[in-house]
Amino acid sequence: MLQLVLYNVTNGLIIGAFYVLMALGLSLILNLSNVINFAHGNFLALGGYIAFVLTPFLGYWGALIVSPLITALFGFAIERLMIRRVYSRDPVYSLLLTFGLAFIMQDACRYIWGPSGLQTSIPDILSAPLSADLFFITWYRIFMVALVIAAVSGLFAFLRFTRVGIRIRAGTLDLDTVSILGVNVGMLRSLNFAVGSLLAGLAGVLAAGQVGLNPNMGDDLLMPSFIAIIVGGVGSLTGTLCGGLLIGVAGALTTVFWPAASEAVIYVIMLVVLILRPRGLMGQEGMMS
Amino acid sequence: MSTATTTAVTTPVMPARPWLTTAIIFAALLTVPVWLPMLGGYTALAGRVLVLGLAAMSFNLLLGFTGVMSFGHAAYFGLGAYGAGLTLKYIAPSTPLAMVGGVLLGGILGSLFGRLIAQRRGVYFAMVTVAFGQIAFYVTYSWDSLTGGYDGLRGFSRAPLNLGFTTIDITNNSTYFYYFLLFVFAVATGLQALLLASPFGRTLVAIRENERRARFLGIPIERHIWMSFSISCCFTALAGALYALLNNFADPMGLHYSLSGEIVIMTVMGGMRAFWGPLIGAALFVVLQDYISSMTVNWMSFVGLIFVLVVLFFPRGLLGMLQKGTEK
Repeated sequence: MLQLVLYNVTNGLIIGAFYVLMALGLSLILNLSNVINFAHGNFLALGGYIAFVLTPFLGYWGALIVSPLITALFGFAIERLMIRRVYSRDPVYSLLLTFGLAFIMQDACRYIWGPSGLQTSIPDILSAPLSADLFFITWYRIFMVALVIAAVSGLFAFLRFTRVGIRIRAGTLDLDTVSILGVNVGMLRSLNFAVGSLLAGLAGVLAAGQVGLNPNMGDDLLMPSFIAIIVGGVGSLTGTLCGGLLIGVAGALTTVFWPAASEAVIYVIMLVVLILRPRGLMGQEGMMS
Repeated sequence: MSTATTTAVTTPVMPARPWLTTAIIFAALLTVPVWLPMLGGYTALAGRVLVLGLAAMSFNLLLGFTGVMSFGHAAYFGLGAYGAGLTLKYIAPSTPLAMVGGVLLGGILGSLFGRLIAQRRGVYFAMVTVAFGQIAFYVTYSWDSLTGGYDGLRGFSRAPLNLGFTTIDITNNSTYFYYFLLFVFAVATGLQALLLASPFGRTLVAIRENERRARFLGIPIERHIWMSFSISCCFTALAGALYALLNNFADPMGLHYSLSGEIVIMTVMGGMRAFWGPLIGAALFVVLQDYISSMTVNWMSFVGLIFVLVVLFFPRGLLGMLQKGTEK
């Protein structure tokens, strides 16, 4: 029993780590640009596929680094070409735009790489289990979690200590003032979108090693990421982090006792939060309205 | 009073010549069984247009006339469909009762949920409605024994209409059924037009135009948005119930958020500030989708392309552009 619980907690942390990477990117874009990126799951898939293409040339480690960067570049271009045109309009337009983009990107992946799943290989050193007792924990899982921790710490350091990061945080609070102070807000939003895409791309590479590639691999992660943001509190990245881990672990723990409800539990958590604490666990008052 | 209100808001509730537009639309709809087969269409396609058009118009009560952005209306559409299907299958083989069942299921759940979210705005409203829509999808999808799960709810069919003095066979005769759909559509949209012309409807437009000023005037904003949301959900559920009757089938994909997106794009494509805009958008979208999916397996790209092109180049929608033209 203990092993079963432990197994599922590990699973939950790993799923939660994916939710966190997705949700942090979504949250960054939402906070600064007021856009819900419905195509975020497709950026994840794109990251995975790009790594798949690059691996024969750069090896696993090279692809792991380069693929998220290319995804970020792609996100930057999409923001420059399309999404920035709708900032000044009713939010319905940005939703529809990213929604349409999600359809196109998913279909493009299906067209280029085929509708069925692709297997990706990971280095042998990572696929070995930790020990005989803990056979369910492979080094790859440890590695994933470590990398996600590194990425999240990197993001928080970036937002805290770099000039662009500080401007992004300031823009989240009051974009007009930041603009008046002479910051190029258009570029700031593009960079911010690129950072969000980078995180999605990284999640895609990691997910590909765990579950393989398919064109709609990001779809299952999109809705839990929304819920992670709502539960954690809109406007708070720390909240998003906690929200993602919370629903990941809660979902996995439910699997132990009542497998059928494992997916339902995250929705229940969302409803409870909405009823008892509408602004989310760490959201600021008034941020959601 | 009403003229003063109309000039105060930047866009009128109704097009410049409301009766003309309405007459043209109903003339076209009434004669569908005559002209549609000549163009190579089939009556079920027209039924789809009516049903999705009603859903989009109901949705537009919120988006276009209250200024609130729901992105989860497929949930109420789907709940309406399941409500109708379950009523026919387990309670009584009666078409009107099925419609009541659908409206009650979608309307009550929508109203309960609307209570929770009435103080949210903009993209946050959209995000919470999407997430709630997925709850409805998820529950329907996994409650196998009641809803048929992934395969959808089957094993029911619409019943003939018994009017007391005569019985109309809408079960086998698709033309009769089309006119039945049209009748319900006309009643529902007539109610919507009355609602929008009422002081309540005018208040909703005032909230859309300037929420802060409306609040200063002492209007209880949250309660109005909640009521608007609930009414919109009821009408959307009615459309869903009709959809179940049309297909004799309720599909879990009818609750999925991709349908919510399609309802929104229909509305925007036709023109969200025009009363009949969503119907025109639904007609365009349904015909395009039918055509594209028969031509290529990559129909998703084309549907996505429609979204992108509409947003970037035709944000006012078809009727919106026409309306702008006549105003000048």
